Amino acid sequence: MAEVLFFIAATGAIAGAIGVVALRNAFYAVLALVGHLLSLAALFLLLRSEFVAAAQVVVYAGAVMVLYVFVVAYVGGEDMPIRGTAAGLRIVAPLFAVVLLVELCIATLGSGLKAIDGEGAGFDPAFGSPAQIGELFLTKFLLAFEIASFLLLVAAVGAVMLARRRRGLDEGDRDDSTPLDIPRPALTGTMAEAVHSGEATGRGDRDRGGW
Amino acid sequence: MAIGWYLAVSAFIFCIGAAGVVTRRNPLVVLLCLELMLNAGNLALIAFSRMHGTGDGQIFALIVMVVAACEVTIGLGLIVALYRRRLPIDVDELSELRG
Repeated sequence: MAEVLFFIAATGAIAGAIGVVALRNAFYAVLALVGHLLSLAALFLLLRSEFVAAAQVVVYAGAVMVLYVFVVAYVGGEDMPIRGTAAGLRIVAPLFAVVLLVELCIATLGSGLKAIDGEGAGFDPAFGSPAQIGELFLTKFLLAFEIASFLLLVAAVGAVMLARRRRGLDEGDRDDSTPLDIPRPALTGTMAEAVHSGEATGRGDRDRGGW
Repeated sequence: MAIGWYLAVSAFIFCIGAAGVVTRRNPLVVLLCLELMLNAGNLALIAFSRMHGTGDGQIFALIVMVVAACEVTIGLGLIVALYRRRLPIDVDELSELRG
């Protein structure tokens, strides 16, 4: 049973990975990555680490991918040629990947670790449970935990700094207008009419007494 | 299943992601391929965690997920900033910093 599930999940993960690389539309690539992440969560479950699998589904396939989908929708995931410019890169890139794969296979097959051929350590009911993860995070890996939280804070502030609309840096689309200059229908009782009622509408006497 | 099978899948995914990073020109897809490579690393970490029967590898994987989330946030912020300044969203044309 575990073998069948492993091959289904592994096929899904590899197919999703190929889809991310090969699909031309960025939106479909994001969807392929979601499928890849779900298959990977199944593999994590087969390795008996339930908490990481749940975090993978909730955080990765949920939150991070929603962020991706938003940005693809904002920027526009138009079709892009997969490879265009350098003809040398077209040959070198798959070669690079194959060489990397061969090297990793040599490292895996040639390693002296006897346990690689085994099923892993014996059954431990606490393995992979949230209790074990939480205890490790708050005792042995407390420093890493705190640094991770600080890193998240830095990333959030950095993203706001990067993506905000800035004045004065972009010469092209400098925006000198105030909110009061936005065209709006006359005599609708807005606050702008109340501020400069006379010159804005020319009929300030009626507006001034309005609500 | 033997742990070696998981490592083989991890190696495959890592290589596919590396090829994508080298080949693709859209920075969004380059970020997606980086995610693939990080996830391959996660799979290997959890496989080794299972091999040893301790939770340390899972902690590593969770920290890698945090780092990946930070990288995604900054990368997508950069892409949005590029789009706002009407620069081409293409890693081959964004070569101002090339030496």
